[in-house]
This record gives sequence, structure tokens and C-alpha cells, in this order.
Amino acid sequence: MRANVSRYDLRAPDGLTEALHLVSNGWKPLAGGTDLMVLLEAGKLAERRLAGLWKLDELRGIEVGDETITLGALTIFAELRHSPVVGLNLPLLASAAAEIGGVANQNRATLGGNLANASPAADAAPALLVYDAELEIVSLEGTRRVPYHQFHRGYKEMDLRAGELIARIHLPNGRGRWQGCWRKVATRAAQAITKVSLAAAARVEEGRIAEIRIAYGAVAPYPLRCHRMEAALRGAALPAQLPPFDELAPIDDFRSTARYRLKVARNLMETFLASLA
Amino acid sequence: MGESAPRKDAPAKVTGRAQFVDDLTLPEMLYGVTVRSTVARGRIQRIRFDPAFEWDECVIVRAEDIPGRNVVPLIADDQPCLAGQVVNHAEEPVLLIAHEDRHMAESARRRVKVEYERLPGVYSIDAALRADAGAPFKSYTVAKGNVEEGFRRAKWVVEGEYETGAQEQLYIEPQGVLAVASPREGVTVWGSMQCPYYVQRALAAVFGLPEEMIRVVQCETGGGFGGKEEYPSMIAAHAALLAWKSRRPVKIIYDRAEDIAATTKRHPSRTRHRTGVAPDGTLTAMEIDFTLDGGAYCTLSPVVLSRGTIHAGGPYRCDNVRISSRAVATNHPPHGAFRGFGAPQSIFAMERHMDRIAKTIGMDPAELRRRNFLRQGDTTATGQVIRERVELPALLERALAESRWEEKRRTFAVTNGNGNVRRGMGIAAFMHGAGFTGSGERHLRSQVAVEATAEGKARVLASSCEMGQGSKTVLCQIAAEALGTKLEDVEIAQPDTAEVPDSGPTVASRTSMVVGKLVESAARDLRRTLDQSGLLEGRTFSEACRELVKRRGGFKSWSRYQPPPGQWWDDDRYSGDAYGTYSWAVQVAEVAVDLVTYETSVTAFVSAQEVGRVLNPALAEGQVEGGVAQGIGLALYEKVVYDKGRVVNSQMTNYIMPAPGDLPPIRSIFLETPYEFGPGGAKGLGELPIDGPAPAILNAVEDATGAAVARIPMTPEDLLDALERTHE
Amino acid sequence: MSDQVELLLQVNGAARRVEAWPLERLLDVLRHGLGLKGTKEGCGEGECGSCVVIMDGKLVVSCLVPALEADGSSITTIEGLGGEAGLDSMQQAFVDEGAAQCGFCTPGMIMAANALCQGGRTMDHASIREGLAGNLCRCTGYMKILAAVRKAGGARP
Ligand SMILES: Cc1cc2nc3c(=O)[nH]c(=O)nc-3n(C[C@H](O)[C@H](O)[C@H](O)COP(=O)(O)OP(=O)(O)OC[C@H]3O[C@@H](n4cnc5c(N)ncnc54)[C@H](O)[C@@H]3O)c2cc1C
Ligand code: FES
Ligand code: FES
Repeated sequence: MRANVSRYDLRAPDGLTEALHLVSNGWKPLAGGTDLMVLLEAGKLAERRLAGLWKLDELRGIEVGDETITLGALTIFAELRHSPVVGLNLPLLASAAAEIGGVANQNRATLGGNLANASPAADAAPALLVYDAELEIVSLEGTRRVPYHQFHRGYKEMDLRAGELIARIHLPNGRGRWQGCWRKVATRAAQAITKVSLAAAARVEEGRIAEIRIAYGAVAPYPLRCHRMEAALRGAALPAQLPPFDELAPIDDFRSTARYRLKVARNLMETFLASLA
Repeated sequence: MGESAPRKDAPAKVTGRAQFVDDLTLPEMLYGVTVRSTVARGRIQRIRFDPAFEWDECVIVRAEDIPGRNVVPLIADDQPCLAGQVVNHAEEPVLLIAHEDRHMAESARRRVKVEYERLPGVYSIDAALRADAGAPFKSYTVAKGNVEEGFRRAKWVVEGEYETGAQEQLYIEPQGVLAVASPREGVTVWGSMQCPYYVQRALAAVFGLPEEMIRVVQCETGGGFGGKEEYPSMIAAHAALLAWKSRRPVKIIYDRAEDIAATTKRHPSRTRHRTGVAPDGTLTAMEIDFTLDGGAYCTLSPVVLSRGTIHAGGPYRCDNVRISSRAVATNHPPHGAFRGFGAPQSIFAMERHMDRIAKTIGMDPAELRRRNFLRQGDTTATGQVIRERVELPALLERALAESRWEEKRRTFAVTNGNGNVRRGMGIAAFMHGAGFTGSGERHLRSQVAVEATAEGKARVLASSCEMGQGSKTVLCQIAAEALGTKLEDVEIAQPDTAEVPDSGPTVASRTSMVVGKLVESAARDLRRTLDQSGLLEGRTFSEACRELVKRRGGFKSWSRYQPPPGQWWDDDRYSGDAYGTYSWAVQVAEVAVDLVTYETSVTAFVSAQEVGRVLNPALAEGQVEGGVAQGIGLALYEKVVYDKGRVVNSQMTNYIMPAPGDLPPIRSIFLETPYEFGPGGAKGLGELPIDGPAPAILNAVEDATGAAVARIPMTPEDLLDALERTHE
Repeated sequence: MSDQVELLLQVNGAARRVEAWPLERLLDVLRHGLGLKGTKEGCGEGECGSCVVIMDGKLVVSCLVPALEADGSSITTIEGLGGEAGLDSMQQAFVDEGAAQCGFCTPGMIMAANALCQGGRTMDHASIREGLAGNLCRCTGYMKILAAVRKAGGARP
């Protein structure tokens, strides 16, 4: 343990308003803690005052409407993974949820935490990009909505201001019928950080790609929705040519190399396109 | 014996009652932390203590506070216990702090800033071999026959270069020690360790005290694999120095990041082979050049190098052999003992090279090995005559049959044309010398005792440590058999230098074979005493022991190591009987390589070995399965990433060991040929299984894809590069 | 700087009060605050699984749960299994199959295995491997652990 916990404070408010008061006073939100507690262990948690969100039941749960499915930011991956509704309508998210650490991690790790932690390798992110998710963000001032593909702006930079919390994630219902794929490539079979991941889904009509969404993890400073690739493939006849990969900007780090990430990203796309044909 | 008696320590372990060092606390105890160097090489300029901190609540120890010698004594006595003026590697201990509140101890650690004048460092084998770098810690030459002559007789000369990386032991229990110390009472430590008497010797030097004033107790130890061979001496000295100065008990427990970054790892290596091969595939000459990166201090490098050197020629007959080897100094944290002790490194090279030879001359890799196996009566590279029957051909046949080698190779040849998965099979054949090298056991002069207790049990007294391998159970089984009684009548003392004799370090696969033999003979002695005094007549074993204790006021029988007859060794020429005996093995790996992600998974693994008589099949299988798992890690996953001598991936998230989903079913097969000088016929087993997986797997990957990778760990990134090279 | 808080926990069926820093790890509350040393620390970063316990019916890594967030919860640790009567069926299977070597991963492994078998799913080796993905063992190569879980899992009602 590289930190002195007696120097940190944590409060666990019962209601959203109280939590928002804390957050607007500079208290750092803490949901499942599976990212923040690891930072604490490593002596790298800079914020000394934390607002625990765990008791905010109003930010938890899965609501199904005709047009949209709404997921509370505090929903844990264990619930997303086992929910039949998610499995049927948001299968890529269900698959990703099943791969976010082991069972014990999935029992604490939250969807909102995964997005707000803003790791380029966050595994829930590509699926949400593919599903055109919209974030509902709350603060004492009120509520606003941000399309998720506009949320990330740079490495650990996002459209989340001081005093704001991610409250809910809205997703369209009915995407379960698209042909999709989720593939996570990591340092071992399970319980490992992603080196490159792909979420993609397409609606195929009469041998052509009518609609398509593509998102990659860990190939750019943040989870990447690939608009140019999508544009190149929209309307393409199957079997489709590989689209351009110039949106990807992978790096070398101690987990992998840029070369590998790019090559595997292409291979994953090739496999996905082949599966559509 | 020969039965899977349940482990003696299992009930305490499955209920959480087993006491590991971090489970102990003493009244008034302080928590100790270590301030470490942040540079790999430099001169200490200044140490700043944050003036805003309450330093009077802390106890601080610097090199000047050491009452005896500032050294962790081992082979060369070059490693300080705390750095003086210079540091030679990152994470070198500079200063110690203790505080009664463990959170505050950590705060204190973070408030010390050490400033350095940085000095240039050496971070690779190549840099260390350059003329201007220092002398190696040790070098050896092993020579036999006439290599030039051998090359003249060769039809092919095959060359290759092979490399292995550092590997972290990654025992799941991090290292730790609890100490009490005072000039009057001496020093007592409890800790997670493999070698209590090494720790005793180190503490005697550091405190300038006679060994009788140092007591070392081994706690339940959560895995060691070599990693708790030498480093616990360092931690024990640190905890005891803080205890000495504060007059309070002090506990130091490393966190995972500290344990990975600072403690020893497997030596990285580079091996060059040049081999002459006759038209029929027999080896006419072997020239081998083997180099280890020893890190910043000598520690155990000479003996690791020795084992690696002796095993470098594999289990093959060849009349003309020259092996040159050296362990070089770098500014990495010292590398040290890790299961296999140099042998997995040089065997990786040999067994990959055998496949290269097979490919070059167009022979099946199994057949090439079959033709070259050592046989009874042959001599090894060091000139040792193999006196026992060598079961390698039988092991090979069993391993091939069990892995369905022929059938699978035929099938894969067809299926590999389709889809994105390539499958392949690979072999490794090897031997592993059991016990200390050369005259090592003779110098150790290990001793054990078996005593009768007032409670009516026979009690084994030895310093050999249980760290998961099952030694407590096996030693009790051996004693029970020699005593002619039930396992329940035998118990074993927790290693405590105040109570048990020095049966040597728990290393080198020596515990069952060497220490077991001593237990057997001491137990026989006790039995003889019981028989001769007629105490067993009309009494149970337990009653007889009780009676013996009553009549004689206690009874202990002792035994001390005797070398097997006729064993000779010449330390200067490095020739002779390197080991009393060898264990032998053939392993077969089956792999699947995904051409989308370049990931290799081991889909099946067979390990066939001859380790003498198997004393406890369940424990023996456990050793094989665990060793193979670590070997798979070494081959495919476990990579220590250094940046200028500092480990940058010092968390379990970033240093990747195999998890449950990464390992195949592991099938172990034992052929049993009793060894005359082992207890009940047993030889060593613990290290053997980690020698072969890496070459077998990389051989299989080459079989599957054609990519010849000569370096481990082989990550998917490396395989991608190799495939692209192959297809160019 | 904060103050310590008083937590009320149900631990292995008994109500316990304990003082802790709000962000202290549940692992430390159990080991230091309550003296329950059966739960082990192998990494402190959620990776090894030696510290897993059951909290309100769910398996969690106790090294990543802040003390305050555990307030009011019900917790089962390795000490809460079996009891006077002896070992529970999972512990017994670990003994019988030789699934504990050094024993350091064992408490966590048994807690995770018990959580896995609760659901009454069919347990082939693949699903056990998946279910135990968060528990690392360096000694066994997992073979004997899989065998034990399969045996105990199969024996569950
Ligand atoms: C062993 C282990 C394995 C892991 N494996 C994976 C993996 O495979 N894939 C993966 O993607 N991740 C993985 N993670 C990381 C982590 O579990 C996830 O990122 C998780 O979703 C984080 O959620 P949390 O609730 O625990 O976040 P916390 O740690 O509580 O918070 C993370 C960040 O989000 C902020 N935050 C949390 N909730 C909100 C909110 N509602 N509004 C605004 N900000 C908020 C916090 O302030 C913090 O900055 C792993 C972690 C561990 C320890
Ligand atoms: S100690 Fe908590 S997971 Fe390793
Ligand atoms: S038994 Fe040692 S780590 Fe699992």
C-alpha cells in the first residue's frame, strides 16, 4: 500500500442531491472503486476527498422502453452481463461486460465508472459507441445530454465538468437485430487489460451494408468511433473491401506495439466483414 | 509410501488458520518500510527529510547504524545491506523507517527524498561484455574431446542464438519478516523463506553476533520457487536492524509492487550454439557459449551459472564438447534463484537448437533426439559416466503415444490449410541434476534428527521448508515407512534454528532425495533403538515412543550427509560427477496459433518423467502441473519490462502470469526406476518440469506456422514480427 | 485528514462493530480491525483474488472495497465456512484433491469457488476456469483446483 488512508476522506451520501453538493465542492466521485482504489494502492490518488455513489439507487438499474433502453451509471457489469434484456438488445455490451475482469470485479465495477475513467482500453466503450449511446449528465444546475461519441476529447479528457456526474446512459432499442461482433484482444485469455478491441455492427440488406457502426479500443488516446471507416463501408456490396485505417493512432507501450495493434485491428475488421458476407 | 497420503498442512490451509508472517503481530510492534534508490547507478548526494513531518515518531536506520558488517553474505559478500555512498541498481535499499502506525510509516517513506549524481549504467549482456565493462562475476569452461576434430567429421554445422528474459517468481504471498532484537537477547526473526540457516548466517554477520544468538523461524510460506532463497536474508536484516534500534518488534511486509520491482528474478540469458552433425544425424561436436545477466551484485550467480552450464548440452551423447559460460554484471537488480536455476535457460537454447538441426538436416525432431540420447555408460559433457539405465527412449515413446504425436501431426498438416488457426506439436527432452552441484552437498554436510516425543510421536527435525511443495508430508511419509508405523504417528517440527539442525537450504530439488535420505536413516536408527530395547513388544508404536522418552528422558537420533560411494568432482577443471543422479523427462506441447491475433494457446501438454520412485503421486503430479504452468508463463506471457534498469511493470495487472483460462489439461506420466541412494528409491523432482515447456511450445509454434522464434517470452507481438520475417 | 468512523457489520453471522478510516480497505478492516487473518493480501490491486469475500451475497475483492461502503453489510470470510462441525464440502474437496499447495491463494480460491457453485450451474472445466478467472494460483497449475471445484460443485444440492 503506497498511500496513507488516514489522509483521505470518503462520504457516502444517501441521495443524489447530497452527492451533487459534494461533487460541486470538489469531492471526487467514487462508484465501485475498481479503478480509484487501485490508484490509491499505487499511491497515485491525488484527490483527498471522495464522494461515494454506491448508495444512490436512483442511478442503478436497467429500464426498457419501446425506443430506448436506459442504464443507470451505477449498474454493475455482473448485472449487464446476466440481464436477458441487455443480452437480447445490446449483445455487444453484454459480451464486453462478461470480460471486464473476473466475477468479483464485475460485482463492483460500474458502467459509469468505466466511461468516466476514460481509459482508451475501457471495454464497455466500443459497444456504447456502436450503439450510439447518449449520456445523461447531471449537476446541481440540471441535466444535459451528450452523444457518447462526442464525450471523449483527448487522453483522459472528456466533456464532463466539475460538479457533474454521469447519471444514465440511453441506448436505442432494436439494435439486437444487427449483425455484430465484439472482440477483445488482451494480454491473456481473461482478467487482462485490452491491447486492442473491436465492436462493430451492421445492417445488411440485399448483399449490401445498409448501415454500419465501428469502434475500436486502445488504438487512440480514447475509445474511437471510426466515422471515416463507416462512411467507406456504408452502401458497399459484400464481400466488402477493407476500409481505410487512417483514423487509428495506436502507440507503443509496455503492453503492446503500435504495429501489432494496427495489424490486429485490420485483421479483426477483415474477420468481421467476412462474417457479414 | 508410493501413496497419495493427504497433505499434513491441508486442513489449516483450507480453513485460513495457517499462519503466514503477515498474520503475526506482537505487542508494541512497529511497521517497517524501505526507502529505495530511484536510479540504477549513482552516488548519493543528499538525503532530505521533509521538515513538515513528525520524524521523532519514527525510527530511522542508515548504513552507519549497522552494528556488524554491512553485507548480505552469500558467495562474494559484495551486496550491502543498505547502500552507503553509491547505488548500483534501482530499488537498492538506502534507508529504513519504522512507525507504529502502518499508514504513517508509508507517509514517512514518501517524505524522504534522496538526491543522486547519476552515473552511466550497463543494461544489457552486450554492453556488459564490452571490453571496458567490469569482469564477470564468474566464468566456466567445460571441455571434452576435440571439438575441431568433431566439426571436421560433420556433414552439417548448424548455428543458432537463443535468448531468455527475466522471470518473476510471483509467489502469491509477498515477502515479509517480523523481528525482535536486542544486544542482550540477540535477534529472532519469523518470516516467509526457504533457507532459515542462510538467514541466520546473514544476521550473524550484520549484527556481529555469534550464530547461537540468532534465531530464525520459518512461518507458513506462500510459495518460494527460489525467490525466497536469498532475499529473505536482506529483509530479515532490515527488520532486525529497525528492531535493534527501536527495541520494539518490527514487521516488514512488501507490497506487490515493491516485491516485483526490488527482489530477485530469473537471470536473463543468451546462448550461442554451433553443432556438428554427421550424415546419420548423430552429433559430432557441440560448441556452446552461455551468458547470464547477473544484475548488480553477485548473489547466487556463480551457482546458477554452474547449473546452466552443466545442463547446456542437454541429455545427448557427443564426444566433443566445449562450453564456455559467464555471468556478467549489469545495473539491473540482482537476478537470483528461480526454479530450475539456470537450467531452463540453457535447455531452452539446446532444445530449440535440436529442432533447428532437425529442420536443417530434414529429420523428424523425435527421431533426431532418439538417435542422440545419452545411454547407460556414456559420459556427459563434464565427463560423468551415467551409471543408471537412461529411460529417455521409453519416456519419448510414452510422451509421443500419450500426445498422439503421429496422428495429430498428420491431421494438422491437412487442417492447417484452412481458417485462421494453425496447430502444431513440439517436443523437449532433458535431464535435471538433483541436489547441489559437484561438491556442494559435501560442503553442506546436512544434518537431520528424528526424536521420540513424550506425546508418543516420532518427530522429524530439519530446516527444510514447506512452501507448498509438500515436503512436510513427504518427509513424514519417509519417516513413517522407515519406522514401520502409520503416518499419524509421525510429525515434523516447524523449521526454527533454535530447534532443528541444518538440513541445508530448501532448493535444488534436494529435499525429498537428499534430506529424505537423512530422515530415512535417522528414522531407521530410532526404529532400531525401539527394537533393540524391546519396547515395541506388546506396545503400540506410540506407547513405545512414550516409554522410551520416560526411560531415557528424551531420545533423538541424528544423521549426517554421506556422499554416494565413488562420486568425484574437480572444481578447478569443472569435470566429474556434477550430480549424484539425474531425473529425465520428455514433454510434448500441442499449440493453437490464432492468425487474427497472433496469440498462442497451449491446447494440450504431456510431461513424461523418470524421477526414481514416486513417493506421493498426488504431490508429484502437483509439482509437475505447477512447474509446467510456470514454464508456459515463461514461454508465452511473463515479461519483465525494464527502463534503464527499473522494472516498469511491477504490478500483477502488467506482469502477466497464467490465469485459469490460459492453461491446458496437463497430463503427467511417471516411469519409476528406483534410485539406489534416494529414500525409498526417490530422486529430485521439483525443478525438472519447468525446464521443457518453453522449448516444446516454441517448437510447436514453428511446427504450426513455420515461424522460428528464438527468444522467450514470445508475445503475440513477437510472433507477428517473426511471421512477417518468415514470409518475406 | 478525516476521522475514523464506526462501522456495523454482520461478519460470519455475528454483529461486529469496528473503527476504521472511511477509505480504509475492507481487507484491512477484516485483518487488522477484526483479526480475521484468513483473508489474504496477494496484490492489493484486485488482480490476484486472494482477498475475495462474500459481501451481501456477492463475491468482491476486499482490497478494493472502501470500509465506509461496507458499512451495514453482511460479510462471509473463510472463517465463516464449515465451523465446529468440520470443513464445508468445498474445503473438504480441496483437501481430498490436493488443491492447496502453499495455501496462500486457497482461502480466496475457496470463497470464489463457493460463489461459483451457488448458482447451481453445470460445472464443466471451461466454466470453472471462467468463473475462477480472477483468482491466481502460482503453485498448482489449477488442475487440482478444477478437480476439487468440480467434485464439490457436483455434490451441491
Ligand atoms: C482486476 C481488475 C480488472 C479489470 N479489468 C477490466 C477490463 O477487463 N476492462 C475494463 O474496461 N476495465 C477493467 N478494470 C477497470 C475497472 O473495473 C472498470 O473501469 C470499472 O468499470 C470502473 O468502474 P468503478 O465503478 O469501479 O469506477 P471507480 O473506480 O469508482 O471510478 C472510476 C472513475 O470514474 C469516475 N466516476 C465513477 N462513476 C462516475 C459517475 N457516475 N459520474 C462521473 N464520474 C464517475 C471516478 O471519479 C473515477 O475517476 C479492471 C479493474 C480491476 C481492478
Ligand atoms: S489482494 Fe485483493 S485481489 Fe489481490
Ligand atoms: S497454492 Fe500456492 S498460490 Fe495457490
